[in-house]
Amino acid sequence: MRHINKKNKKDINVANKFTGEGWVYSATVKKHFFYPKNLLLKDPKPGDFDAEGMVGSPACGDMMRMWLKIDPKTKRIKKLKWRTFGCASAIASTSMFSVMATEKGGMTIDKALKIRPQDILKRLGGLPERKIHCSVLADQAFRKTVENYFHGV
Amino acid sequence: MIKRIYLDHSATTYLDKRVKRVMDLFWEKNFGNPSALYEEGRRAKKALDQARADIASVIGARPEEIIFTGGGTESDNLAIFGVVKALENSASKQKKHIITTKIEHHAILNAVKNLEEEDFKATYLNVDENGLVDPIDVKQALRPETVLVSVMYANNEIGAIQPIAEISEIIKEYRKNKTGIREKTPFFHSDACQAAGYLEMDVEKLGVDLMTVNGSKIYGPKGIGFLYVRSGVKLKPIVYGGGQEKGLRSGTENLAAIAGLAEAFKISQKERKKESARLIKLRDKLIKGILKTIPKTVLNGHPKKRLPNNVNVSILDIEGESAVLYLDARGIAVSTGSACTSRNLEPSHVISALGRPFEYSHSSLRFTLGRKTNGKEIDYVLKILSEVAGILRKVSSLPLAEKLKK
Repeated sequence: MRHINKKNKKDINVANKFTGEGWVYSATVKKHFFYPKNLLLKDPKPGDFDAEGMVGSPACGDMMRMWLKIDPKTKRIKKLKWRTFGCASAIASTSMFSVMATEKGGMTIDKALKIRPQDILKRLGGLPERKIHCSVLADQAFRKTVENYFHGV
Repeated sequence: MIKRIYLDHSATTYLDKRVKRVMDLFWEKNFGNPSALYEEGRRAKKALDQARADIASVIGARPEEIIFTGGGTESDNLAIFGVVKALENSASKQKKHIITTKIEHHAILNAVKNLEEEDFKATYLNVDENGLVDPIDVKQALRPETVLVSVMYANNEIGAIQPIAEISEIIKEYRKNKTGIREKTPFFHSDACQAAGYLEMDVEKLGVDLMTVNGSKIYGPKGIGFLYVRSGVKLKPIVYGGGQEKGLRSGTENLAAIAGLAEAFKISQKERKKESARLIKLRDKLIKGILKTIPKTVLNGHPKKRLPNNVNVSILDIEGESAVLYLDARGIAVSTGSACTSRNLEPSHVISALGRPFEYSHSSLRFTLGRKTNGKEIDYVLKILSEVAGILRKVSSLPLAEKLKK
C-alpha cells in the first residue's frame, strides 16, 4: 500500500491500543470480518441504486466499490452496499461504516460525510495500529460515491 | 476446538520427540560450562565436541569448520559482516563489492543494505519467472573487488532450489584466474536453512565456503544455528566476549540447543530421501488440486525445482490476509505474501521479483507441509480452500472492475 505515510510504515506494534489485547483483531472486528454487513452479493440491476463509486487499485492491495440508495426527500441513506478487494481491517471497517450510515432510519449524506475513521475505530473496539490506514478506504469510497450522486462523476 | 492442520513448516517446525529426549540431558544433569576444567566442564565439553563432530560428518566438513550461533539470522550476519570486516585492511582501495539475489531472506538483504550505507557496492541478481538464478548472471556480475557472493540454497517463500554447485564452479574459476590480490576472493556463502531438511548438504559437492543452517526449520530447537566456515576463509566476529567458538561467537555455549540441533540435523538428513519422496506426492496433489478446482490460480516458483514441502499459489481476486484468517477460522494455518500481514506493509519481495504484478503478491498463499501432513489433510484443505475462495471472491470487487474495463 503506497498511500501510507512513513510513520505507519515503521510501526510494527500489533497490540490492540484500545483493549491492550495481544490478538490482532477485536471480537467486533472479527464478527464484521467473518460476517460482513451490507455486502452486495449479486450484481445490481439498473435502478437499484442512485449512485456508485470505486476507489483504490488491486496493485495497492486494496480496492473498494460502493453503491448508494438515497431518499430523494430527506436525503437520508436508505441503502449502502459495498464490495472490496481488501484485508480484514478494510472489510470490517467498511461493514461497520455501512451499519453506522444506515442504522436508525439512515444518516443524511451531510452527517455521514462527517463520520471520521476514529468513529469507526471506536465502534470496532480499535484496530492494530499498523492497520488503521485500512479503515480509511470506506471513507474514500463513500466520498467518491457521493460525488457520483451529486455530479454524476 | 477444531483439529488444527498446520501447513506453515517453513515458518517453523515443532520439536521432534527424539530431539527433545537428547536435549533433556542438558538442563539439570549435564549443565556444566564447557570452558571449565573440572569434571562437569569436561563432560559438557565432550558433548559440545560430539555435536560439532556429528554435524561436520553430515556435511563432509571438519569439526573446526562448524561455528555455533544464535540462529539463521545470526549465521547470515556473521558470514557477511565477518568476511568484510576481515578484509577491511586489504590492499585494494576500490569500493568492495557484494553479489546477492533479489529473493534472499531479509537476514541477508538487510545486512547487505546496511553495508551499502557504509560505502560498499552491491549487486542484487534477478531471477527468472520461476524464481531461479542464472549462473551466467553471477559470472557477469563478478568483479575484481567482489568479496562475497551470497545465494540462498532454497527459497523460503516459493521453494525454488538454486543451482549452488554450478554457481560455485563459476566462482572457483574466477578466483583461479585472479591475480594481484592477496586474498583469493570472492567467497561463496549460501543460506541453507530451508534446504537442510530435504536436500544434499555435502559442502564439497555444493562447493560453498560458508553455509548457514538453523534448528527451527528442521524439527530442532529455535535460537540455535551454525555457520560452516571453510578453513582458510578469514572471518572477524560480530559478537565479542570470552572467545568461545574460536573467538567468532563468544558467550557460554547453549549446549542443550547445540545437542538438539545436531540431533535434529542428523535425523533430517538421514530421513530426507524417504521423506522428500512422500512429501513430493502430497505437494503435487495439492498443487494440481488447487489449479484444477479453483479458477484463476497460478503457481509461484518452479514446478519441479522446488522444495518437496512447498506450495505457493496466487488465487487472484482474493486478498491474502483475509484468506489466511478465513482458513485459520476453519483450522488451517498457512501464510501469505500480502502486504497486509507483513511488518513493513510491503508486498512480498520474492513474488515481485518473479516479474508478476503486485496483485499476485497480495493474493499469494504459501502452504508448507511437514512430517505429520497426510493425504486426508490435503483433501480437507482443498475442499476448504475452494469454499473460502468462493466466499472471498463474492466480497471482492475485482471481477466487476474487469468487466468495467471491457
